[in-house]
Amino acid sequence: MTAIELRDVSVTYADAVEPVLREVDLSISEGELVLVVGRTGSGKSTLLGLLNGLVPYSTGGTVTGTVTVHGRETSAHRPRDLADLVGVVGQDPLAGFVTDTVEEELAYGMEQLGLPPEVMRKRVEETLDLLGIAELRDAPLADLSGGQQQRVAIGAVLTAHPKVLVLDEPTSALDPTGAEEVLAAITRLVHDLGITVVVAEHRVERVLAYADRVVHVVDGAVESGEPAAVMRTATVAPPVVELGRWADWSPLPLSVRDARRLAGDLQSSVVEVQAPQRLPRNPIVLSARSVSVRHGDLVAVREVDLDLYAGEVVALMGRNGAGKSSLLWALQGSGRRSGGSVTLGGGDDAVDPGDLAPAVRRTRVGLVPQTPTDLLYLSTVGAECAQADTETRSAPGTCRELLDRILPDIDPATHPRDLSEGQRLGLVLAVQLTARPDVLMLDEPTRGLDYQGKAALAEVLRGLADDGHAVLLSTHDVEFTAIVADRVVVMAGGEIVADGPTRDVVTSSPAFAPQISKVLGGGLLAMDDVVRAFGERR
Amino acid sequence: MNAQLPRALHPLAWWGWAIGLAVAASMTTNPLLLALILGVVTLVVAARRSDSPWARAFRIYVGLGIVIVLFRVVLHVLVGFKWGDHKLFDLPTVGLPDWAAGINVLGPVYLEGWLAAVLEGVKLATLVIAIGGANALANPKRLLRSMPNALHEVGTAVVVSVSVAPQLAESVQRVYRARLLRGESGLGLRALSQVALPVLQDTLDRSLMLAAAMESRGYGSRREADGTRRLLTGTLTLGGLLALAFGMYGVLDSEHTTGHWGVPLLVLGLLSSAGGLALGGREVRVTSYRSDPWRLPETLTVLSGVVTATAMGISRNVDSHQLVMPLQPIAAPTLPLLATVGILIAALPAFVTPPTPSSHRAAAPVRRELEEVAG
Repeated sequence: MTAIELRDVSVTYADAVEPVLREVDLSISEGELVLVVGRTGSGKSTLLGLLNGLVPYSTGGTVTGTVTVHGRETSAHRPRDLADLVGVVGQDPLAGFVTDTVEEELAYGMEQLGLPPEVMRKRVEETLDLLGIAELRDAPLADLSGGQQQRVAIGAVLTAHPKVLVLDEPTSALDPTGAEEVLAAITRLVHDLGITVVVAEHRVERVLAYADRVVHVVDGAVESGEPAAVMRTATVAPPVVELGRWADWSPLPLSVRDARRLAGDLQSSVVEVQAPQRLPRNPIVLSARSVSVRHGDLVAVREVDLDLYAGEVVALMGRNGAGKSSLLWALQGSGRRSGGSVTLGGGDDAVDPGDLAPAVRRTRVGLVPQTPTDLLYLSTVGAECAQADTETRSAPGTCRELLDRILPDIDPATHPRDLSEGQRLGLVLAVQLTARPDVLMLDEPTRGLDYQGKAALAEVLRGLADDGHAVLLSTHDVEFTAIVADRVVVMAGGEIVADGPTRDVVTSSPAFAPQISKVLGGGLLAMDDVVRAFGERR
Repeated sequence: MNAQLPRALHPLAWWGWAIGLAVAASMTTNPLLLALILGVVTLVVAARRSDSPWARAFRIYVGLGIVIVLFRVVLHVLVGFKWGDHKLFDLPTVGLPDWAAGINVLGPVYLEGWLAAVLEGVKLATLVIAIGGANALANPKRLLRSMPNALHEVGTAVVVSVSVAPQLAESVQRVYRARLLRGESGLGLRALSQVALPVLQDTLDRSLMLAAAMESRGYGSRREADGTRRLLTGTLTLGGLLALAFGMYGVLDSEHTTGHWGVPLLVLGLLSSAGGLALGGREVRVTSYRSDPWRLPETLTVLSGVVTATAMGISRNVDSHQLVMPLQPIAAPTLPLLATVGILIAALPAFVTPPTPSSHRAAAPVRRELEEVAG
C-alpha cells in the first residue's frame, strides 16, 4: 500500500528565482526505510518538510502539485493536524524539546493530541523500552549525550503512533557509538512496528546498508529506486560505493560486508603497503606538557602531553565528551587550562599562548570553533574580509585572496548567513588564516559537509600543511581522517590513548577503521590509496 | 490512616498553605508570632522538600528575608522618623534645606523606633519566606501544568521561555569566548554588537526550530469552536473580570462605598470568570500526563493554611493589642492563645502529607558536550 505519494510537486521559496524542487513524482510504500541522499543544498530538507506540510506552512514559499500521506492531503491539513500520522525529528533534537525531562517530553505530543491518561502512561513505558532509554526516564534532557537525545526525540514523536517517521540527519552530529545506537533503534522500528521511515543523511555510509530504497535529489529533480541502482550514478558516494564503481562490481556493494565478498581477487593482490618511513621530523611548533582542564568536578582533560610539528595534519578523535574541544581550546590559550604548560616555538622565542594578548595569540595559533558563525557579525562577506584585514593589520585584500583560494566565486555582497554550511566554514577559515598562524586548529569542521565538501576541505588543509603550518583538527569522521591526516591522536576520558601515524592507529581499531581499509586491508585507507596501488580503473 | 506512599503533593495545595501563612504574617508585628510562623515554614520545608534545584532556592528566600530586615534598619537609621524614650546611640543630625523639611537624616536612634522598624522588616521577611516555602515545595512548572485548559497555551509559552533563559546564557558565553579567537577582548559598544548579533541570530534560529517542532507535534490543534460559543466565552470572562475588579474595590474601600455590594459582586465575578475559563477550556482538547491527584492530604494542607489565617483574623478583632509588639511603653510581648494554636496547626502538613519521593538521578548520563559549554 502506498504510504506517501507526491504528484507533480514543485517548491519555490519566496525571493528565489529557481524552484528548489521541480515536478517531483514519488511514491513510497508502507513499511519502507527510505534514504534520501543528495549534495548540501540540493533540496533534501525541503523534500522532508513537504511530508507533514511544514513546507510551506512554516517556511513560506509556493508549492504546486499534491502531497498525500495515507490518504490525507497535506495542503488541506495543518502540520499540527498531521501529528498523529507523521512524526518529524529535526536536525538538532535539543532545539526541538519543549519540556525538560525525558518522561514529560515523551508525553508532550500525546497531551497535545488529547489522549486519555491511561493510554499515555502505557505508551510512554512501551516507548522507553523500545528505544532502550528506560533508565533515563527522569534525566534532564540537557544532560543527555547526543545519541541519547536523538533517541528521546524519536521516542517523543513515536508515542503519537505515527505511521510515517521523518528524520533529518539523525546521525550527522554523533560519534560512531551514538550513531550505532540511533540506527539500531530505527531499524527496530521498521522491523517491529512496520513504520515507514524517511531519513535524510549526509553520512550515507552509515544508513545505506539498511535502506530499502534510495531517493536521490539532484538540482531539484528526484530519482528513486533500488539502492544499488541509484547509488551507481548518485552525486554522493561513500567510499565503499566509490570502490564498487571503480572496480565495476555488479551489483554495487552497499556495505563493507557486500564489498568484502566481491573483493576476493582484489584483496589477494593487495601488497602490504610498507609502513611509510617516518616523516623527516620538522621543528616542533607547539608543545604541551601535562595539560589538564577541569570544569567544576569534571576533569575534561587529564595531564595530556602533545607535540605538533610543522607541516603535519593531526586528527584528534574520540567519543563526544572525550575532552577534544577542551584540549583544543586549552592549547590555543583562549580556553581554560587548569594545569600544565603549553609552549609555542622553541629556544629563546618560546612563549606560552595563554600569556599573549588575544590579538597576538591568533597570529601564532588560530582556532575555528565548532560553531564557526559565532565569529561572524558583519552583514556581508566583503565586510568580514575587510574587517579581518584590519584586525590583523594585513594588506587589504589578504583575506579575500585566501577566501578565493578556498572557495572561488563568492559574491562579496552575500550575507554570511545566506552561505551554505561549507561556505561559512571556508569564510571563517579564511578570516582565521589572515593572521597567518603557525598552528591552525579546527573543532569538528565536517559537520554539514557532503563528500565533495569534505574533499575540498581536505585539500585546503593539506595545502596549509605543505606550506609549513601545523594543523590539528578534532573529528569523529573516520573517512575524513583517512584522507586528510598524517597522524591520529585518540582521546578517551580526557586522556590520550593512542598517538601515531594515521595508518597504524585507524587500522588497528574496528571503530576507527575506514571502509576501504575494512574491505581491502593492507594499509589502504581511501580511494586515493587504491588508485595509487592499482591504477585509475580496473 | 495507613502509611502513605511517597508522592509529590499537588502544587496548588502548597501554594494555598503558604498564602494562608503569608496572610497571617501580614497581620502581626508580634515577634513571638512571627518567629513561630518562620519556625513552622522551616519545619515543613525541611520535612517535605525534594532535592531538586527549585527546592534549593529556599535558602535564597531566607537570604532575601535577611536583606529585607537589614535594609529596613539601615533606612530607619538614615532617614527614618526616630521616636521613643530609650536612646540607643547618638548620631549627628544632618540639616536638610527647607523643601525637604520633615525628613531627619541620621540623628539619635531610640530603642522603640528601632524595634518598630526591625519588626516591620521581619514581618515582610516572613511573608517573603512563606512564599519561598511554597516555591521550594512545589515545582513551579508542575504548577503551570495544573492551570485550567483555557490557559494551556499561555502556560506552555511561560514554560518555554523559562527554558530558553539558560540557553541564552550559554549562547552569550560561547560567542563571547569565540571573540577571543578573533583577537577581540575589549568591552564596550563594539563588543556589544559583536556578541549581540550572533546571539540574536542563534536565538532566532532556535526559536524557529522549536516552533516548527511544536507545530509538527500537534501543539495548538484545537477543536473548531462555533461563533456563539466563542462570544459566550468572551462575554463571561470579560464580564467576570470587570465584576471582580469592582467587587474588590467595594471590599477594600468600604468607607467610600455605600451598601454591601462588594462581596456579592466579587462572588459573581469569580463565578463568571470560572465559567468563561471552563467553557474556553472545552475548546482545547489537551490532556495531561500523570496529573497530580487531589486527595485528603491536599485538602488538609490548604485547610491548615486557611485555619491559620482565620485564627489570626479573629484574634485581631478580639484582642488586637496582643498582635502588635507593645512599644509605648515598651514591654515583653505576650502569646495570644488563639493565634498561637492557629499557627501551630499550619505545621500539620509536615506530618499528614505523604513523604517526598527521593529523586533517583538517572544512571549518570554523560553531561552533554560539557566541555563545549563550560569555558
